[in-house]
Amino acid sequence: MDDGSELSLSVAHIVRRLKGSHLHAQIERRAKECLHQPEIRLDSLREDVRRFLRTSGWERQLQNAVYRELQVQRPPSHPAAPLEHLKEPLAYMRKAQACWEKRVLKSLNSMSAELGVPLARMRPAAEQKELTSKWNEMGTDEPDLTSFRPVFAPKDFLEVLISLRNPNYDSSEDVGVRSHWGLIQVPLDVRDIPQLRRAYAELNLTTGQLGIDDHAHIHPDLFENEYLQIGKKVVVEQDSAAAQQYSRQGCSTGLRADLWALILNSNNQPQDAMHYEQLTAGVVQHDLLVDSLIYKDVKLTASNDDYYFVFEDFLYQVLLCFSRDTAVLEHFKYNSATPPRSFVQGVIPFHGFSMYVAPLCFLYNEPSKLYSVFREMYIRYFFRLHSISSSSSGVVSLCLQFERLLQTHLPQLFYHLRQIGAQPLRIAFKWMVRAFSGYLSTDQLLLLWDRILGYDSLEIVAGEGCFFICTLQAVLADLSTLKVMPLIQIFLFATAI
Amino acid sequence: MAGKVKWVTDIEKSVLINNFEKREWVQVTENDDWNFYWMSIQTIRNVFSVDTGYRLSDDQMVNHFPNHYELTRKDLMIKNIKRYRKELEKEGSPLAEKDENGKYNYLDFVPVTFMLPSDYNLFVEEYRKNPSSTWIMKPCGKAQGKGIFLINKLSQIKKWSRDSRTSTFVAASSGKEAYVISLYIDNPLLIGGKKFDLRLYVLVTTYRPLKCYMYKLGFCRFCTVKYTPSTSELDNMFVHLTNVAIQKHGDDYNHVHGGKWTVSNFRLYLESTRGKEVTSRLFDQIHWIMVQSLKAVAVNASPSLTSSTANDRILKYNLINDTLNIVAPNGDVPDCRWNRSPPREALGNYQVLYDEELQAQSDHGERDLRTRSGQSLGSKGTKGSAGARPPAATWK
Repeated sequence: MDDGSELSLSVAHIVRRLKGSHLHAQIERRAKECLHQPEIRLDSLREDVRRFLRTSGWERQLQNAVYRELQVQRPPSHPAAPLEHLKEPLAYMRKAQACWEKRVLKSLNSMSAELGVPLARMRPAAEQKELTSKWNEMGTDEPDLTSFRPVFAPKDFLEVLISLRNPNYDSSEDVGVRSHWGLIQVPLDVRDIPQLRRAYAELNLTTGQLGIDDHAHIHPDLFENEYLQIGKKVVVEQDSAAAQQYSRQGCSTGLRADLWALILNSNNQPQDAMHYEQLTAGVVQHDLLVDSLIYKDVKLTASNDDYYFVFEDFLYQVLLCFSRDTAVLEHFKYNSATPPRSFVQGVIPFHGFSMYVAPLCFLYNEPSKLYSVFREMYIRYFFRLHSISSSSSGVVSLCLQFERLLQTHLPQLFYHLRQIGAQPLRIAFKWMVRAFSGYLSTDQLLLLWDRILGYDSLEIVAGEGCFFICTLQAVLADLSTLKVMPLIQIFLFATAI
Repeated sequence: MAGKVKWVTDIEKSVLINNFEKREWVQVTENDDWNFYWMSIQTIRNVFSVDTGYRLSDDQMVNHFPNHYELTRKDLMIKNIKRYRKELEKEGSPLAEKDENGKYNYLDFVPVTFMLPSDYNLFVEEYRKNPSSTWIMKPCGKAQGKGIFLINKLSQIKKWSRDSRTSTFVAASSGKEAYVISLYIDNPLLIGGKKFDLRLYVLVTTYRPLKCYMYKLGFCRFCTVKYTPSTSELDNMFVHLTNVAIQKHGDDYNHVHGGKWTVSNFRLYLESTRGKEVTSRLFDQIHWIMVQSLKAVAVNASPSLTSSTANDRILKYNLINDTLNIVAPNGDVPDCRWNRSPPREALGNYQVLYDEELQAQSDHGERDLRTRSGQSLGSKGTKGSAGARPPAATWK
């Protein structure tokens, strides 16, 4: 298929996505209003209106919206591609995901039957009133959660990934020197170090970074100051693409909240606040079984965390709304997973899920903004960490990449760990599934997530997994004192091959 | 070096004893020839009371200055601050400048406060100007949040009026007040909807000249319950008081993190949500308040050495370790003639808060004012300093 028709397919797709959107309506309205202005002339109507939209910042907003569509869901490359290929092109992966989903749903349904708790129920008026008054401090609620179990833990999911096999691939051919020592046995294409170096060029040792304390030839204060000025400009310009490029070298703490919101195109629209209000009303009206799982997860993880315990109440306010947000259903178009029909929204939280939200509380203290940013992060990145797919940002690829990198560049370490019965992936898996939330100090975690956003990929999580393992060998102690970026740089750019 | 340091303490805390032992100092009793005595408050009081006339010899060091109670008792603290401000005003110091409403520009860091019962009438006058406000009553001689309560009606404190026949305060002749009462700040900064305070450690090695160090690893203590200024919750101490001693008994107290955050977490949160400039200014102001308070002689003398969580124990052990490294560098026996300028490497996690000796090398007053207005100084701002760069990195 030639470039021309692929491009027009993409354009058609994006136009379809944006047509009828709120932004569309706003731009139309502004365009109509500007007709009253004296500088708009009939004979040059088109150019004049266009210029008006540009100078008033609407063109930039449109650009950001288009950019977002390109990021979130790549347009189909072929008009005849079936929808399921968009979700996941490989049949055996689709099958494995479907199987896994059935298991999870079964587990949830049997819990519901066992405990006599329905999947959803309407709250009686008195209970609704009570919840409304307690909305800002749901953490003080102490429902009896002892009989609720998390639907699954990361290690359960790992077992499923380990058992994945491509029926068309005979791995017995691979025995010998080239054999793979790790647990993942599917032949996905993952980038090696030389390829990573090209892709992550901005992390080069000679380029200034945030998160690195000393630069060989750039005075730290000088770099930081100049870099900060550039960042401020990016925020003022309100340019999503520029913000994303900028984030590759890290975000200054004072600008990060604005930059991430820009990259995710989460921009304080009144309809977002309204949508959030509606969701909170939904929480008050109905009680979901999933809510208890959320409570339990928050109590077990975030509430005990040195950094995040402060934000416990926010986590309920975000996650309870999240589990009722039908807008999340959209992302299932490109997620290999399929939402169960009996569910409002389809994402079943597992043990540790609340840790996806927790670090964001350091950036946003307004619930509806926090919600909006989290939801966007989820439908762009986090969902890939707990669904089975062949995507290069998917958890299967990350695991494979982690194992391959380790085996190629630190073979003695890998071998040693295997000998003592400690497969490295078993150690690193839970870190990667959480994108390191809870395993790195917050300032370091945010620097890592800067790069996830900057490169629009979770690949860096696999790299980070390797460094953690190295350090584990050297310093069997507090992982939270690690500095993320120097490790990544050293590994990518200083390792001799 | 004249042999190992001989130490005594009457506080049985592992964070202290482990530190002495790791330096291989020798434990002795208080009747022996000791060099280093880590005293409890009671002992300080006895040792330095007017009657005993005890004097430290040249090779002896203790962990509190004799006048520490000027700093720990709330009524003395407020008296010292008020007196300090008046002195500066009399001198015509620019630090004592006031704005058009009569508020101090640089020294307004204590809310309106009165001593009871002596200032009762003054208090009533102030109270009547704004009868819907809330005030906080704190007993002068207690700590750890004991005996503190909030009032919003005059009747609630009638018994502390001077003429009250049912008054229970200590006899006026002793000069000791029973309570201080301050205007309650009912719109504190909240994080996660909860009120918190800052516990910061400051070491003072000498008052004249003033040399003080701030420990970089302080922490925030959070209330376990959401804050509300609602009058129905004025009695709920879990909402208003952050002292761990109080919060520890709440239902929601968590023994893993103890409701505490490191100051660096706090700083990250503020920078991320409010911006870097605002945050830097805040910390500058905090440091400023510390130094001014010390100058007015006003700091809590005896931090709790009880550890509430594992992290807490580690922090306090390291704190004592760094403290000992500053006051007894190289583990040497104390010598009162030492100029009390520890080498840079010995600071550990302390940073120089203020060093009067070094400050005196540059233009003193002008420098203070510049830093107070929030301009970033750091190493770039030192003009006319003779050679050595003043370690005023904290002002940046």
